[in-house]
Amino acid sequence: MTISTSKSPSRRAFVAGAVAAAGGLSLGFHVPFVGDAAAQGAAPALTPEVNAWVVIKPDETVVIRIARSEMGQGTLTGLAQLVAEELGCDWSKVTTEYPTPGQNVARGRVWGDFGTGGSRGIRESQDYVRKGGAAARIMLVEAAAQGWGVAPDACRVEKGVISHAASGRTTTFGAVAMAAARITPPKDIVLKDPKDWTIAGKPVKRLDTVEKTDGSQIYGIDLTMPGLLNAAIRDCPVFGGTVKSFDAKAVEGMPGVRKVVAVGDSGVAVIADTFWRAKTAVEALPIVWDDGPNGKVSSESIAAMLREGLDAEDAYVGNKGGDVGAALKGAAKVVEATYGVPFQNHATMEPMNATVRWTPERCEAWAPTQNGEAALAAVAEAAGLSAAKCDVYKLLLGGGFGRRGATHDWLRQAVLIAREMPGTPIKLIWTREEDMTHGRYHPITQCRMRAGLDADGNVTGLHMRISGQSILVSVAPNRMVDGKDPVVFQGLNPGGAEAAIGYAIPNILVDHAMRNPHVPPGFWRGVNMNPNAIYLECFMDELAQAAGQDPLAFRLKLMEKHPKHRAVLQAVADKAGWGTEPPAGIHRGLAQMMGFGSYVAAVAEVSVGDDGTVKVHRIVAATDPGHALNPQQIDAQIAGSFVYGLSAALYQECTVKDGRIEQTNFDTYPVMRLDAMPVVETIVMPSGGFWGGVGEPTIAVAAPAVLNAISAATGKRVRQMPVKNTDLRRV
Amino acid sequence: MIRLNLNGAIREVEAEPDTPLLWVIREQAGLTGTKYGCGIAQCGACTVHIDGAAVRSCSMPVSSLTPDQKIVTIEGLSKDRSHPVQKAWAELDVPQCGFCQSGMIMASAALLAQNPHPSEAEIRTEITNICRCGTYNRVLAGIKLAADGGQAG
Repeated sequence: MTISTSKSPSRRAFVAGAVAAAGGLSLGFHVPFVGDAAAQGAAPALTPEVNAWVVIKPDETVVIRIARSEMGQGTLTGLAQLVAEELGCDWSKVTTEYPTPGQNVARGRVWGDFGTGGSRGIRESQDYVRKGGAAARIMLVEAAAQGWGVAPDACRVEKGVISHAASGRTTTFGAVAMAAARITPPKDIVLKDPKDWTIAGKPVKRLDTVEKTDGSQIYGIDLTMPGLLNAAIRDCPVFGGTVKSFDAKAVEGMPGVRKVVAVGDSGVAVIADTFWRAKTAVEALPIVWDDGPNGKVSSESIAAMLREGLDAEDAYVGNKGGDVGAALKGAAKVVEATYGVPFQNHATMEPMNATVRWTPERCEAWAPTQNGEAALAAVAEAAGLSAAKCDVYKLLLGGGFGRRGATHDWLRQAVLIAREMPGTPIKLIWTREEDMTHGRYHPITQCRMRAGLDADGNVTGLHMRISGQSILVSVAPNRMVDGKDPVVFQGLNPGGAEAAIGYAIPNILVDHAMRNPHVPPGFWRGVNMNPNAIYLECFMDELAQAAGQDPLAFRLKLMEKHPKHRAVLQAVADKAGWGTEPPAGIHRGLAQMMGFGSYVAAVAEVSVGDDGTVKVHRIVAATDPGHALNPQQIDAQIAGSFVYGLSAALYQECTVKDGRIEQTNFDTYPVMRLDAMPVVETIVMPSGGFWGGVGEPTIAVAAPAVLNAISAATGKRVRQMPVKNTDLRRV
Repeated sequence: MIRLNLNGAIREVEAEPDTPLLWVIREQAGLTGTKYGCGIAQCGACTVHIDGAAVRSCSMPVSSLTPDQKIVTIEGLSKDRSHPVQKAWAELDVPQCGFCQSGMIMASAALLAQNPHPSEAEIRTEITNICRCGTYNRVLAGIKLAADGGQAG
């Protein structure tokens, strides 16, 4: 019924036979396979749940159910910490499992939202998962107290042991779990004060590490099962194009090939015994494409489309206060600059893949998805079956970063392919080349910044005109507000708990001229907070320079009304030694932003060689996420986010020629490696009272901090990403 | 029929001669710890040892190997995750998504086998695997920890 994400030796499970044969290694990941009773929704015997979140086995193993997806960000461990904290169990006995989205639907969404994006996994479910753990504890205590004939209030719980001091009796969770499952769930639940936490808030180790050190962790790409065949696909390289014709006969005789199939109107797949043979054949397959209406689109034509938007009359307003036109007219000095960011691919290390078995009666999918329920909906639709006749078994993701949640194009393809061979499980794997050229790209935007300064260098007005792509208009049109995409304004909002601007500027206008090229957009780690932080925070440095003021002091003046924004900025400045002389050849830059409910700031230390080589030496980063559930994992997320953000800012772009993405692999889409990785010093400074995200927010400040340091080092202002396209050589 | 010395045992596999070693390991031998990431020797997720040296198996045709060349994959690096690099990885919680980590560990183990006490600069130059989660600083710390015999500090 459920997929265990860590060791669960008592359960019937499918084991990758050859791995076991290779050396008797035990496997840590168990997935239901075709024909398995578990996969049909049958409950396992003898391990009744206490409630939806908690299963306790007679051997005291505590199985905590996790609805959100683990993709490296640590949410599996974090959510388990929250449940375990309230449950009062022994942390060393904790293991986890995923309920399936089909079970969630069948049980009235008892596990809530499965969506794992927007850094929401913990902050949006912390309340109800903690209540789930607390309710289970109350029921376990009640069961023990009933057995002893004592008042539950007189019992206490510590590390899975329930004791009654007056009588000296003790029992364990495992011993009373069966009885506890029959207790009526409590209505009123009081959660622990975070200051009393012993598991949550602590730097405990991840629950999913060891299987990732010996190759035993099974990802979607690794899955196999009896009778499984493999598929490789080529989809039209021009978005919106179609297949005109293909010559299946040319490859049908190749080794291992079983079938050549059309996939919708834009793709062709080869099904073979192994993936390598499927890939070899699909690459040899003659396909004639119809490029459709977008075959002539280029990066240049897209840039022109966006430039037009910079001056357009009509724009959606995201933040408006005062009269910016009058302020600019009356300013002693007007400063103007235009910035831009390109398309970016997620380039998860594990390429898109899914395994599907379809019959006219039932469709099952094994998928690395960030959103199990959205995956189930995609499967049902592509399968031509009701959701009740489908299910999705989630696997740990080899990276997500937003690619595997909002759109399940890859999963839909896998279902369509599986429909061509009913009853046979088929695993579709994208090549890296397919992955690079069929992404859901970080939206492309340009931004014209225009501000007025008075004679004393104070900002009197700011107009920020963003021109470019909306994610929501194509990915989640139901979230559009009167034609406007509110996500465009991340970090620039006038207020609110999610992503508010940290500066009080008397006359402000932030607006968006929506221009949507044909390249499909998606949520990309940090989303629009990334470009907005570059635009706002680099321009703040330009304004400070125009005013002849220190970038930190200039900002702090505008932040009196935003103490949380201010506190993280001050913290990084203090730790980095802002205002002191940096080491020879090193230059500093700083940036701050709010997004995903958290406040973040960074100082970067950078050198630029005479040959223009940029080297980032050190980044000091601070985050105030309200509560810090696992400080060592927050540290890992901050450092990791900088690799993602700086890879993009320094090197990466997806350019368009003849309607196609030109970059096809890591040779043309470079990623920061260990040689370029800066020292990262993190300051985790939770101020309490709110829950902010962790996986994404900090990514946004790395790029502007580095760009500001580059400007300090060279006097040159890089305004178009990536940095590699700007000549920074000393002349 | 191709004969390979894989994790200490001779294996006979059926594959076209130009099949990359990676796919023979994954699909014929069924050892899926070695990952596909790029197919062009850029990312290192497919790193295995051949006679002790780190090799990117995605770009090595299986026909170029002889049965006397010893291939070791992540599954054969140690029994019970006892290699110093594996222990350091667990100690420091290095992996995030983990997909690149088999290759990262194999590259690190090969480096330490050839240079038991590499300088930080040598580690930064020698370990060129890609990690999209950005675990590099813990990879660096993990290699140093493994080189110091597992003594944290």
